[in-house]
Amino acid sequence: MFVALVVVGVVAPFLVYPTFLMKVLCFALFASAFNLLLGFAGLLSFGHAAFFAASAYVCGYFCKTLGATPEVGILAGTALAAVLGALFGLLAIRRSGIYFAMITLALAQLVYFVELELPFTGGEDGLQGIPRGRLLGLIDLSNNLTMYFFVLAIFLAGFWLIHRTIHSPFGQVLKAIRENEPRAISLGYAVDRYKLLAFVISATLSGLAGATKSIVFQLASLTDAHWHMSGEVVLMTLLGGLGTVLGPSAGALTIVGLENLLADKVGPWITVIMGGIFVLCVLLFRRGIVGELGALRLTRRIGA
Amino acid sequence: MRVKLLIPAAILALTLGSAAHAQVADGVVKVGVLTDLSGTYSDLSGQGALVATQMAIDDFVAQEKPSFKVEMVYADHQNKADIAANKAREWFERDNVDVVTDLVTSSTALAVMKIAKEKNRIALVSGAGSTRITNEDCNDATVHWAYDTYSLAYGTAKQVVLHGGKTWYFLTADYAFGLSLEKDSTDIILASGGSVLGAARHPFPGNADFSSFLLKAQASGAQVIGLANAGTDTTNSIKQAAEFGITPKQTLAGLLVFITDVHSLGLKAAQGLYLTEGFYWDLNDGTRAWSKRFFEKHKKMPTMAQAGDYSSIMHYLKAVKAVNSDDAQKVMAQMKKTRIDDFFTHNGRIRDDGRMVHDMYLFQVKKPSESTGAWDYYKLIATIPAEEGFQSLSASRCPLVKK
Amino acid sequence: MTIFGVPLPALFGQLLLGLVNGSFYAVLSLGLAIIFGLLNVINFAHGAQFMIGAFIAWIGLTEFGMNYWAALIVSPLLVGVLGVLIERLMLRRLYQMDHLYGLLLTFGLALIAEGVFRNYYGVSGESYEVPEQLQGGVNLGFMFMPLYRAWVVVAALTVCVAAWFAIERTRLGATLRAATQRQDLVQALGINVPVLMTLTYATGAALAAFAGVLSAPMVQVNPLMGSHLIIVVFAVVVIGGMGSILGSIVTGVGLGLVEALTKVYYGQASSVVIFLIMAIVLLVRPAGLFGRTA
Repeated sequence: MFVALVVVGVVAPFLVYPTFLMKVLCFALFASAFNLLLGFAGLLSFGHAAFFAASAYVCGYFCKTLGATPEVGILAGTALAAVLGALFGLLAIRRSGIYFAMITLALAQLVYFVELELPFTGGEDGLQGIPRGRLLGLIDLSNNLTMYFFVLAIFLAGFWLIHRTIHSPFGQVLKAIRENEPRAISLGYAVDRYKLLAFVISATLSGLAGATKSIVFQLASLTDAHWHMSGEVVLMTLLGGLGTVLGPSAGALTIVGLENLLADKVGPWITVIMGGIFVLCVLLFRRGIVGELGALRLTRRIGA
Repeated sequence: MRVKLLIPAAILALTLGSAAHAQVADGVVKVGVLTDLSGTYSDLSGQGALVATQMAIDDFVAQEKPSFKVEMVYADHQNKADIAANKAREWFERDNVDVVTDLVTSSTALAVMKIAKEKNRIALVSGAGSTRITNEDCNDATVHWAYDTYSLAYGTAKQVVLHGGKTWYFLTADYAFGLSLEKDSTDIILASGGSVLGAARHPFPGNADFSSFLLKAQASGAQVIGLANAGTDTTNSIKQAAEFGITPKQTLAGLLVFITDVHSLGLKAAQGLYLTEGFYWDLNDGTRAWSKRFFEKHKKMPTMAQAGDYSSIMHYLKAVKAVNSDDAQKVMAQMKKTRIDDFFTHNGRIRDDGRMVHDMYLFQVKKPSESTGAWDYYKLIATIPAEEGFQSLSASRCPLVKK
Repeated sequence: MTIFGVPLPALFGQLLLGLVNGSFYAVLSLGLAIIFGLLNVINFAHGAQFMIGAFIAWIGLTEFGMNYWAALIVSPLLVGVLGVLIERLMLRRLYQMDHLYGLLLTFGLALIAEGVFRNYYGVSGESYEVPEQLQGGVNLGFMFMPLYRAWVVVAALTVCVAAWFAIERTRLGATLRAATQRQDLVQALGINVPVLMTLTYATGAALAAFAGVLSAPMVQVNPLMGSHLIIVVFAVVVIGGMGSILGSIVTGVGLGLVEALTKVYYGQASSVVIFLIMAIVLLVRPAGLFGRTA
């Protein structure tokens, strides 16, 4: 599967507009990180936008104001996301279900407020003009194609990490916790620690996606921190297929693609269409694109 | 022998090449309208911006009969800088769009301006108001056409002080834009001999109840309450001020109000409000004639942003025809050389910092008894001449301005 | 005499305004609390139902000449019917599943509603006049109190108390509460549980619409009016305790007062102070102030 991904990834920018692809990759990483928490650990967080945005702002600050090279900026952003994730996680893990979601939402709103007030974020205007910079001081990233391959590399690295986590013993325990937490506890697992670790990994990778995005678009704004963004990533994951490996990426591709395609044509109706997709997904299409395809293959194998 | 032929051949080739450059690239000029079609500012720009731009294109083609075609594309940036930046990038890199216009919401304008400069195109801003566009973030690929926070503050603050409103209290939206409106206005009030008794900052966005902040304004006893906010915040503040008996004892001064806001409030709630605009449909025969045509297509009277869209695109297209090229540098030079004389303004010109200076107008909203019908909302109190109403170049923080 | 630099009369004025807002929050959260408490569904469409309620009042007034008092009854009825449709056609299928799906479905419905209204009505908002009988106000000395706002307090708190009484103290309420705990037993006793559930959702939606009509004369009626309020309302319900009607009422009023105090001393934070409180409460008392842990 990895080989296929790499091949597609390498060929794609010659066929499709690279900046669009970069957006898809960033969101695919974000959604995959989110899926780790929701699809595999069974924890719905409504505050992931906080990690995405905080990381974007810090990366932007490092690159624009402190003059760091892009990889340093991205590392800084990701590190902050990890710390923030640990903080949120410690506070939220004690509760479950809807309370967990609400705590994450509340904490994300606080982060939003802080970002609104801090001078360096530029408030409503956002942090603009983040330089593409030179990777490792050598490779100029203002060329779209070069930038694309850098983003592809980051995505593949993050995706690989998620894949390894899911298929590791750690991942199995997470699934066990999702299926039946009391039983996992009775088997002697320190459930809270597993959940916290999953949360931190998820937050860190979301931060990685956010920091990368800020370099691609040279901009970090409050849109990234708004709870609508948290909602969008849930939609991508759900549409693509909760608990599948490729699902979130497929969902990200679909949503970003739709937004792009439809922005010119339907303008204001886009919200209605997104809402409609949400509703349809929940009622009829819960397994998501990848889930449905998987089920199809299975029935075909079993059936005639 | 062959070398001797080579040189004239080379010269011939070069001149032919540069002549080819002097044409409009592939014979089409593409205008991109990037606006808010569905959110808070969709009424002051939005669909109307598209209508206005298309009108400009149609009128230009009909009147000037150019040798090139003109096309319009548009997109909804939903007031998000990243969507706007994305779209602009895509338009410039992939779709050969030559100029982007409207750009309501300052963060989108600031983002797109940079990309226009980077890709050597032009951005014409009529929708947004931040003075950063012609100060810290100025570049020579951008013209700020319709209004900015300084000129609005100058018009309203100064004129109201001169007309007797000496003591002020601000109701400010707590974000960069609101705070800069408050600051610009405060400076002008103090310079004109007035005083500011205080300010109440309200959260932004998402706050619908202004009663507590208005109460503070009332308690201060100021003659004038300055509304340093925009959109639904302003309309809600005005409505609630009336509800709490704050008006008409204290006067309201709107620092960023559009005719569409007054339309949605109704004269009963908005009467007596002071505001400054760069355009009003009922000012003179020229504005009336144009606005009537606009109204037929859009069913609403134009705001200054929409009128600005028409005016800026028309000026741009005329410049393209004059230099017979869509090269951004050439067209911009031509635009800056020529004065703007149309229904929008008769004495407009573009300065080095990208600011298009033109007359601004201080209006007061009519009482219901004074109005003859829908859209007859304003009475003209004062005209602020172009050279006075905008921030002077000597105070400019724009690196392009030679001091 | 001043408290931290604010004169006492001004403080009273602000607190009174806080009471008005608080009672409004209380009646708005009521519907959400009922739906969650009794159906275990997180109704993200609550904000949209609130907005539709306000719009029905406005459309009723401008197109049909329906006055405010009629709107107070017609609007909740119409939105209640909408609620019935939503519950029967869509929500019903999701009861057996994770809460997540109910939340997502209603989130999607909210997006649709907001999008549609935004396309037809723009976002500047529409003006809704205060009804004649409630215009003007009373000068209380330390402030001028509009009659309409006083009415909001009365109407909101009356409805809240009535709802609380109905659920906690009547037979119908007891049946409802039993149905959420043991649907099978209650059904075996001959009570039509599915109909009860439909009516419960419809009532929650109707309450949202009622709050919408109440708010129409106070703010511009616009498609985004529910958007910000929805997360505040969630916070109120969560802090109050998700099973508890009394909890949301008390928290709603309390929030209004706390917000008022914040506005006096540090205005910019007034829209986020609720989240700070929510985070603290959830850490200390996870079931909420009045909640019962399931």
